Amino acid sequence: MAKKAAKKKVSKKITPKKVVKVVKKIDSKQQTIDSLIELIRVTSTEVPDDVFKTIVAAAKSEEKDTIADYAMGIIKKNIDLAKYKSQPLCQDTGTVIFYIYHPAGFHQTPFKELVKKSVTLATKKGYLRQNSVNSLTGENAGTNLGEGHPSIHFYEHKGSEVEVKLVLKGGGCENVSAQYSLPDTTIGAGRDLEGVRKVILDAVQKAQGKGCGPGALGVCVGGDRADSAYFAKKQLLRKLDDKNSLKDLDKLEKEIVETCNKLGIGPMGFGGKTTLLSCKITHANRVPASFFVSISYMCWAFRRQGIAMNKNFAIKKWLY
Amino acid sequence: MKKLNYPFSVEAVRDLKVGDMVLITGKLFTGRDAVHKYLHDGNKPPVDLKNQIIYHCGPVTLQDKKGKWTVTAAGPTTSIREEPYQWEVIRDYGIVGVIGKGGMGQKTLDACKEYGCVYFHAVGGAAQVLAEKIISVDGLYLKEFGLPEAIWELSVEDFPVVVTMDSHGNSLHKEIEASSKEMLNKLL
Repeated sequence: MAKKAAKKKVSKKITPKKVVKVVKKIDSKQQTIDSLIELIRVTSTEVPDDVFKTIVAAAKSEEKDTIADYAMGIIKKNIDLAKYKSQPLCQDTGTVIFYIYHPAGFHQTPFKELVKKSVTLATKKGYLRQNSVNSLTGENAGTNLGEGHPSIHFYEHKGSEVEVKLVLKGGGCENVSAQYSLPDTTIGAGRDLEGVRKVILDAVQKAQGKGCGPGALGVCVGGDRADSAYFAKKQLLRKLDDKNSLKDLDKLEKEIVETCNKLGIGPMGFGGKTTLLSCKITHANRVPASFFVSISYMCWAFRRQGIAMNKNFAIKKWLY
Repeated sequence: MKKLNYPFSVEAVRDLKVGDMVLITGKLFTGRDAVHKYLHDGNKPPVDLKNQIIYHCGPVTLQDKKGKWTVTAAGPTTSIREEPYQWEVIRDYGIVGVIGKGGMGQKTLDACKEYGCVYFHAVGGAAQVLAEKIISVDGLYLKEFGLPEAIWELSVEDFPVVVTMDSHGNSLHKEIEASSKEMLNKLL
């Protein structure tokens, strides 16, 4: 950690002169749009490294010449091809969800407008499908804008840079995501971690191959219905190879993956060894009367990326 | 690896069994939620679907300045949403194949057996591998539903799928659902 911090300081010392010059030349609005379109392009066309490594390991575990092996082969080929052609990994480019971290004093409203503009331009370029439908009229404006679209969450953080994280969440896996209210007598799940384990396993069994498995889970234990679902999905921002800082949850995360891979559902529900790539769990307080467990299922085409922007809003660093 | 070539027929799909990996060459018509509801409501399809294959897909498409369409991403969408309609579409319009993902239910399985149709599973999310197998876009119908929901007439070559529901009453999805449920009960 100390090393990293030192590096950052050095690079800041070297660059200020250049930065000043660039600010004068480049329109910061245009630069922001360029950076955001590039973020959308990369998110839509590439899986992050941590996901790729996990998929490669999963593919190796399947028995040769089975349908599961065949499916994993196509998945790997698809990842290579999408990156090479710079075209969407999956035609369902999903709900477009931005998580934006900014320093104090940052103006959210104008930035929001630039995000919207970028989404529409990225749609024109074919990085996003015309994917936003008016729920009342069925109208598709073709812009990916509308009530609640794109989904944008702002957070003030201590850092001096703007960081933008993006998740594209496909509809197939969203449809198999679930929320349980404990106790759940149908599967004997009580209000404890054992009950939590049971409902997560139940959700994965019910999902079968419909969420484009092997999938990855984000889970939240507790919260009200809305926050619980929100925090569960936000767990998808964690790298697949990280470690939960809470011992009990870390243990449960590992156990869920191991157990799910014994279910025999396999890639696409064809049968096989890999049903789940990862499980990430967080928790939120609840009122005594409620005990919700929310499970956000992400498909193998796990589209998540992030950028740190410099003061000119150019991409300074990729976050995954 | 088996091959299924155009023109398709009931006889040809009757030969296919659950677990067969198949490469399809010929014509596909995309159709998803809006199209299925439209046909179910009694509207005639804008193209003859007899002995054709329907693909549950909402592609990403781009049109160049001359008006030519290309499909840049074309993986399958979840099929179960068409379960209320699919059996009727098989019966009334004589389709011999359905491509999608996630499998379908008993009604569709029964229709596959009775009228001679097969459910092919494409790899969900593999939009690039599958789009590459599309050699031309030959038609666009019901554009008013929006581009992902319209009917796209596509020519494909060696389009890779797996038979997961055949015309003899077998379903891989039913098998895996039952075996995974049994395993889950043990693990709970």
